[in-house]
Amino acid sequence: MKVEVRLFATFREGREKKYFFELSENSKVSDIIDILKIKKEEIGILLVNGRDADVKRVLKDSDVAAIFPPVGGG
Amino acid sequence: MTTLTEEENKSLKSYKVCVIGCGGLGGYIIEMLGRIGIGHITAVDADVFDETNLNRQILSDTTLIGCSKAKSAFERMKKVNPDVVLKPLNIRFEAENGEDILKGHDVVVDALDNAISKKLLSDLCFKLNIPFVHGAIGGWYGQVSTIFPGDKTLDILYKDPEVSGIEKKLGNPPFTPALVASLEVTEVIKILIKRGDLLRNKVLYVNLLNMDFDIIEFKE
Repeated sequence: MKVEVRLFATFREGREKKYFFELSENSKVSDIIDILKIKKEEIGILLVNGRDADVKRVLKDSDVAAIFPPVGGG
Repeated sequence: MTTLTEEENKSLKSYKVCVIGCGGLGGYIIEMLGRIGIGHITAVDADVFDETNLNRQILSDTTLIGCSKAKSAFERMKKVNPDVVLKPLNIRFEAENGEDILKGHDVVVDALDNAISKKLLSDLCFKLNIPFVHGAIGGWYGQVSTIFPGDKTLDILYKDPEVSGIEKKLGNPPFTPALVASLEVTEVIKILIKRGDLLRNKVLYVNLLNMDFDIIEFKE
């Protein structure tokens, strides 16, 4: 199955802004962050198809995951 | 100027806006709200200026090191727009005093510098049924969203408010707070005049390093 991953802010450093991954069925978001070498603790916002998701989320074909670091300054 | 109708322009002096934070974001937000003519502004900040604020906090200057940020906002507004009633509150926004600070305002603006306080602000605005505009910055990056009571936006943006934001490592250059503050003020005015498209159930994510501006919609 094919999944799109969009990276934002500091997650783009040393990485692309968008990836398309070919993954086996039942792959999870955690598999993607492992490939991208993003630690779970670094994630601020994780959306799959515009909805809040957890790293344990099982992905489906054509899913779009968006990953942001936490930004809290003022 | 026809950006606002004459009626909209006149209406601004009847509104009360509460700005929580008079630092990087807050300074610019207060300046702009005053210049456009918001009648009542409450400016909340317990801190005083230090040298590290000079790179970005528009209310600060070298003569004000050690002075109260909220009181400096009051002094500044006397010169910028004496028609504005600015109430400075030299106190920290907390659970014990938050409702008293926020009540009675038409819109609240988030210019806080940490996720835990931003979540508290969201909860209290929900309780008091007041819309608020959220903003946050870190390095080249920033985010803005408008939250009406009942919107779950901040639960998504700060699922775990204890997690340290990127601003702790990146710091804040002057351009990011100025831009995010402008976006927040735009949302405030549109809420008040009830015109234009709001960033509600969405977040505008700003990346000034790569010049990417993305509006991400939250689906139900």
